Amino acid sequence: MSDVKELATPTEPRLESTASRLRELVAHLRQQRAHLREEWARLITEAKLLTAMTNEEVFAEATSVYDNYVEALETGTYEALQAYARNLSERIIPRGVETHEVVGIVLLLRDVLARSLFAKYRDDFNKLNRILDAYEPAANRIAITVAVGFVQERERIIREQQEAIRELSTPVLQVRERLLILPIIGVIDPQRARQLTEQLLRGIRSNRAKVVVLDITGVPYIDSAVANHLVQTVEAARLLGAIVIVTGLSPEIAQTLVNIGVDLGKMNTVGDLQGGIEEAERQLGYRVVLTKEPAEEPA
Amino acid sequence: MRFALIADEVRVPIDSDADIVSARQKGRELASHCGFPSTDLAVVATAISELARNIVRYAVHGKIILRVVDNHGKRGIEVVATDDGPGIPDVALAMQDGYSTSGSLGLGLPGTRRLMDEFEIKSDFGKGTTVTVRKWKR
Amino acid sequence: MQVPILKQGAYLIATVQSALTDEDLKQLRDALVGQVSKVRARGVIVDVTALDVIDSFATRTLRDVAHMIRLRGAETVIVGIQPDVAFSMVKLGLSLEGVATALDLEEGLAYLDRKVKGHNHEVRTHR
Repeated sequence: MSDVKELATPTEPRLESTASRLRELVAHLRQQRAHLREEWARLITEAKLLTAMTNEEVFAEATSVYDNYVEALETGTYEALQAYARNLSERIIPRGVETHEVVGIVLLLRDVLARSLFAKYRDDFNKLNRILDAYEPAANRIAITVAVGFVQERERIIREQQEAIRELSTPVLQVRERLLILPIIGVIDPQRARQLTEQLLRGIRSNRAKVVVLDITGVPYIDSAVANHLVQTVEAARLLGAIVIVTGLSPEIAQTLVNIGVDLGKMNTVGDLQGGIEEAERQLGYRVVLTKEPAEEPA
Repeated sequence: MRFALIADEVRVPIDSDADIVSARQKGRELASHCGFPSTDLAVVATAISELARNIVRYAVHGKIILRVVDNHGKRGIEVVATDDGPGIPDVALAMQDGYSTSGSLGLGLPGTRRLMDEFEIKSDFGKGTTVTVRKWKR
Repeated sequence: MQVPILKQGAYLIATVQSALTDEDLKQLRDALVGQVSKVRARGVIVDVTALDVIDSFATRTLRDVAHMIRLRGAETVIVGIQPDVAFSMVKLGLSLEGVATALDLEEGLAYLDRKVKGHNHEVRTHR
């Protein structure tokens, strides 16, 4: 711990170092473990935290957290705590536990332990202060480590879910042999753009598509970064031997493409999806001929 | 080093053609262990290929250092391409995308920058070149 | 690392088996150009399915191959570029412009058939 160097000042040579203060404090916390843990679990229930978990579960997790907490105080290293926090988060997030609950219980533990220190050293105010000097920074760091671990785990899960949603929202449809349609709806952010490209290119490969109709009728606008990405996607498709017909280009998006220097004359664009499919069929050598009248609606 | 290092770094000496292939294969392996999706593996390998080639062509000897780094829980791969070659007299010029897409002139640096999330270059005439690039897991 | 080059009718098919060093690429280029003249091939297919990286040098070399082969009256088509590789190439700014590409060997042969046999009344020396 870096503060060992700062606090062991030469003007107070007879007093304990931070390390020895922490040792004393950890010994106390270990000795009082059963009592303090129970106290803490009681406060958690009183504060109506972790309501998604049963009392047995709360007690079990409280035990683990307590032991990890004391160990972090003792060793002064936080990797094990970080790993434990992530692991715990992974388990409790699907149960619906929220950030304020996790932060709440860690702060409650900090307070329970601090109160116990006040009780123990109440007759020696100076000693109490020195013990708190060692305890408080470490306790704060622990609270932060656990909270951040929890939040990071939540963010990871959210990212995973977003990826899954993106995949669902970019279908690749094969309508005819060698012809794929990719209808895009909604705003395309860089993540989605990247996913679009992957799905398009993989789709070309697995469907052996020669023409892809990329319909962006449902896309209101794109920024120049995404526009660039779109152009790159069309070029990449060509490297796989396929041509891309872009349909449904709004005037805004056309302008964005021109702004980034795309020669729209070189890019294969058609007004709407239907026109795009017809053009694609032409390119593939199809000719659609009406052979008889469509079935009559019943009167 | 600004970011926390996860595990040991991998050093690949770059002295010849064959080392270019070796460096990018090791880069691909490392990125794969990190859990990067396959598109990113190709991207990282291509960037390493370009950087390693610059070393072979212009500096004759150098090395590629591959690292897995951590930025507050976000994992990434860091590639440092360093050499004691002649250095780049005008870095700004080298970073311009002025030449044809075949990259027959120049060092392919703008392209490499497009491939990766972060790009840093330090080079001085007569003092060698160090290019550091990073790609983060989304 | 030698790239095997097979003759199939009027075409040459070079199938890359593994990662190629810059030297390997140059050798492939020279071998193809030499073979085209020797057997009077009308078309060349370079199958790069096995390449997990196509960088600026590989791209330049493939363009050189196509150009030199065209000067000898034959068409080149590059087949089998992997999706991830294609993505990296365009991000790097490489587009193989002016070089025909197709999805795989089958498509490549179909392309050559259209180009070569469909235009056999024309003599193409360069574009």
